[in-house]
Amino acid sequence: MITFTDVTKTYPGQKHPALSGVNASISDGEFVFLVGPSGSGKSTFLRLVLREARATSGRVEVDGRDVGRMGGWRIPKLRRRIGTVFQDFRLLPGKTVHENVAFALQVIGRPGREIRTAVPRTLELVGLADKADRMPEELSGGEQQRAALARAVVNRPKVLLADEPTGNLDPTTSVGIMKLLDQINRDGTTVLMATHDSTVVDQMRRRVIELNDGQLIRDQAQGVYGYQ
Amino acid sequence: MRHALTELVSGLRRNASMNLAVLVTMWVSLSLFGMGVLVAQQVDLIKGRWYDRIELNVFLCTAATQGENCTPGQGASEEEREAVRTALEAHPQVAELYYQSQEEVFAEFQETYADSPVLASMKPEHMQDLFRIKLVNPEDYQNVVAAMSQMSGVQNVQDLREFLDPLFDWLNWGRWLALGASALLLGAATLQIGNTIRMAVFTRRREIGIMRLVGASKTYIMLPFLLESLLVALSGAALACATLAAIQQFAIIEKAKPALQGFAWIGWEHVAIAMIWVVGVAIFLSMIPTLVATRRFVKV
Repeated sequence: MITFTDVTKTYPGQKHPALSGVNASISDGEFVFLVGPSGSGKSTFLRLVLREARATSGRVEVDGRDVGRMGGWRIPKLRRRIGTVFQDFRLLPGKTVHENVAFALQVIGRPGREIRTAVPRTLELVGLADKADRMPEELSGGEQQRAALARAVVNRPKVLLADEPTGNLDPTTSVGIMKLLDQINRDGTTVLMATHDSTVVDQMRRRVIELNDGQLIRDQAQGVYGYQ
Repeated sequence: MRHALTELVSGLRRNASMNLAVLVTMWVSLSLFGMGVLVAQQVDLIKGRWYDRIELNVFLCTAATQGENCTPGQGASEEEREAVRTALEAHPQVAELYYQSQEEVFAEFQETYADSPVLASMKPEHMQDLFRIKLVNPEDYQNVVAAMSQMSGVQNVQDLREFLDPLFDWLNWGRWLALGASALLLGAATLQIGNTIRMAVFTRRREIGIMRLVGASKTYIMLPFLLESLLVALSGAALACATLAAIQQFAIIEKAKPALQGFAWIGWEHVAIAMIWVVGVAIFLSMIPTLVATRRFVKV
């Protein structure tokens, strides 16, 4: 599903590469943790998958396509197959939960009929069916992240990228979000989650890719956050 | 499309004061620009089709004209006309020569003064037939004027430029003033549009970020902004067109025409051409800064 072949990324004006010679392959339906200290290259890894950035050298493939060579007009199509959630939720403050989720479908031109069925179904999945008409600021952090997750998966993406999704949440709430991510993964979506949260990684025991200073230093099935 | 329209309405409301400023600047600058186009057309109309090709007109005698070389009550005879033609053809200073008969002159007159009340009282025999001359060197007209003025059957030799140039100097000066002022104002309007859109994009950067993330196309993201500046610019253009129409109706048709009846004045078809220019410039000047301002933010 996602293949990195000898990928190096150096940002303009920087001498030190953010990612250096990274090789990794993530199969369809996998759940992968991307761990490492701040500045180790986790976010760059995700940005390359999303084609927010282009590799300086090497090849990034998503769903069989070389995203580095993709024409600008095809990038929106790539992103429609990828859902994304962030530490800071990024919900639109002027819209209700329902509207926030529906927005993701509206802006890619999905018909109203589809939106009317897909949004309630997804809100049901994330456990927010009864809060569809609330504004984001009326929700707890965990609920906001659920809403953000609903927005990310409402279009049934093949891949879900999660950048520190539990970073702003307390441990109990984090467990709920992780259960939800696990559920989404079981439904067939490949999940790639960058995290600092050792508890979460250690509990889930899924594949762990560790980055340090831009280099891939560990790729371990059923891994834990640090070596034990 | 519904999204674009909803966003358009909210964008117009959000940037109401900025859009109003753009609208007024566009209105004034496009009106000036349109006036410049009208003046240019007025100049072309007076110049007619001969001005740029001809330096001298040699008018021949008709039954009604008086002059040293004319026989009163009779026009130039066929022999006199041919003698003038031969002399002109032989003259070393004459580069090109055109003869226009009374009928041809009348036809041209009809065309130029199509809606003038003067036309009704005119007939071909009121026209003077003439030779139109292009000189080898326009500065050396004296020689030809002197030679032709002596010939029998020649009523008058007219240096076209001496006659028309002072008028054109004024009109051209007016035209460049209008176009120069409009260029400055249009430049200001373009910058204003750029700023307005940049602000609009900035206030909506969260939404735009989400749109890009979930795979909205560039066109989809940019369309509301393009529509917003297009609508404001076209409103300014509409007001400018109304201003030009008002100038044509109240200043030219109602005031200038009755005052100077023997003069060729621009008509509604010339105003229409100026309006097309105004609308074209408005579209161009609103799209360019909008595309520049949004490009950086919506780059995927």
